[in-house]
Amino acid sequence: MKIVVCIKQVPDTVEVKIDPKTGTLIRDGVPSIINHDDKTGIEAALQLKEQLGGTVTVESMGPPQADIALREALAMGCDEAYLVSAREFGGSDTYATSGILAAALKKIGYDLIITGRQAIDGDTAQVAPQIGEKLQVPQVSYVEEVQEATEEYVVVKRQFEDGYHIIKIKTPCLLTAIAELATPRYMSVKGIVEAYEKEVKTLGFEDLKAELELDMIGLKGSPTNVYQSFTKEVKGAGTILKDLSAEEAVQAIIDKLEAKFII
Amino acid sequence: MDFKLTKTQVLQQELFRKFAETEIKPIAKDMDESEEYDQGLVAKLQKAGMFGIPYSREYGGQGADVLTYTLAMEEVSKVDASTGITLSVHTSLCCPCINEFGSEAQKQEFLRPLVDGHKVGCFGLTEPGAGTDASGVRTEALKDGDDYIINGTKIFTTNSGFADTFIVFALTDKTLGPKGMSAFILDRTMPGITVGENIERMGIRAASNCEVAYENVRVPASRLLGKEGQGYKIAMTALAGGRIGIGAQSVGIAQGAIDEAMKYVKERKQFGKTINKFQNTQFKLAECQTKVDAARLMVWRAATAKDNHENFAPLAAMCKLFGSEVANEVTRVCVQLLGGYGYCREYPVERAMRDAKITEIYEGTSEAMKMIISGAMKV
Repeated sequence: MKIVVCIKQVPDTVEVKIDPKTGTLIRDGVPSIINHDDKTGIEAALQLKEQLGGTVTVESMGPPQADIALREALAMGCDEAYLVSAREFGGSDTYATSGILAAALKKIGYDLIITGRQAIDGDTAQVAPQIGEKLQVPQVSYVEEVQEATEEYVVVKRQFEDGYHIIKIKTPCLLTAIAELATPRYMSVKGIVEAYEKEVKTLGFEDLKAELELDMIGLKGSPTNVYQSFTKEVKGAGTILKDLSAEEAVQAIIDKLEAKFII
Repeated sequence: MDFKLTKTQVLQQELFRKFAETEIKPIAKDMDESEEYDQGLVAKLQKAGMFGIPYSREYGGQGADVLTYTLAMEEVSKVDASTGITLSVHTSLCCPCINEFGSEAQKQEFLRPLVDGHKVGCFGLTEPGAGTDASGVRTEALKDGDDYIINGTKIFTTNSGFADTFIVFALTDKTLGPKGMSAFILDRTMPGITVGENIERMGIRAASNCEVAYENVRVPASRLLGKEGQGYKIAMTALAGGRIGIGAQSVGIAQGAIDEAMKYVKERKQFGKTINKFQNTQFKLAECQTKVDAARLMVWRAATAKDNHENFAPLAAMCKLFGSEVANEVTRVCVQLLGGYGYCREYPVERAMRDAKITEIYEGTSEAMKMIISGAMKV
């Protein structure tokens, strides 16, 4: 089975700081890491490979600095790595990004695609489902357990707010991983040595051109644009209402809104 | 001259740091208190490849260099010096004897499981009557047909409480003194080996360090390393390399103490301000960091010389002499900066100060280092 994991390099912080003047993320002095959910996806893929055989490929879209994230994935045990990188791809929103990653996936080939649920910097959780749609493969998001895996299908447990779904899904398909799915292994010393002996292949604009909607990539081709980013102001502690049923909670909120003449 | 680590080394350092913070730091205090090394941690270290760092992949090792090994020693020793010595005795005392003096068959049979993470090794040279003066060794290996029969007692054998493979030095010819010493590869399971209780110590209390008695242990001649009479040379060669590891361990202990002190002085308030605002605190920490950086560069120099197959022995002795003194001085300063809390077991600098002392003693005392350095200087 050929498993491809999509990963993103993100700043290693839960408190992303924004430059008040430019409205962009302050990245200086913040180390970069593989997004947590994506690392979970790598671990899940490696476990499936151990069980079923085959290979694990990682792909990441980002600047050349994302190389180290891909090396780390190789050092954990992935077989090959692709960096999707080109000037033309810069500034892409989730729609444009998913189109580019889908084009790369067509080029690389896949039986199973695993991604993280969402990235800690953007927190959209949109890229993976859009990849699934663009490749027209079935998808399950919020996967917390792979219960059965064969070359033809996988059976997964999808987390839900108040329960879970057990879903059998035909391959090729796409899964998005949440933290419960697996605990990522460490890189190994030998893995790191070998990661730097392998090649991280780059897929640029020319490599993917044929598969792309050319007016839907990069900043220009992105249907959404960030208007303004700002750091949330803390406005005092909130009120916590505990142990209410859904109906009671709704009523409590309505009462509050009415009391403040908001509705 | 380039003082930068390579990309590979930087990623290795990140692995060691994360592993140390996540797997070792949370249990280091408990291991010290219980004076017992966590065997679950041994398994995790093995899985990450920490027991075979500078060994060829041809023999199942990790294929990294000696410099990378010093990075591992520093990172683990920052949070737990006992883990440092556990890795060090295995990696830079036991394994080199086989790697550098073993036959191809011995490497396949004995080195492979040590460096691929299946077995742990130890090194038995020191005896109750033979410390710095290794000519005091009394353990004997008498030829009996195709075997040797080993009798004697070794002391302070690190890792012996759980190690699988023992490198043991014994006299095959008593009349020749050190030149009659030979080295053997033994298995823990061999009849006649008795490992005593963990010796109660001031520091590195989690490490396993016991007396080992060898009573009529029958060892096939195929387990003799090199030739008869080469034992002293084998031991000295291993110890020369081992000192790079102890230098790195010393740097780690000192840097770990500085890191803890840095956190503390930014929080602790006296006389209306945090104590990092006092010049005494600033200058003390500046002095400490300068010394640690100097010691680290000496360790890297010795490691690079060994990687390049240059004459590293005097450089290794220097980095150990200087590094161990820095570790003692810096941990003492850091305890002082934390004041009464620094003296409490709740804070890790107390353990660091106790752990630091041994670095001036084992794998060659500071005095022995000065003998080596002055000898190389031809004073």
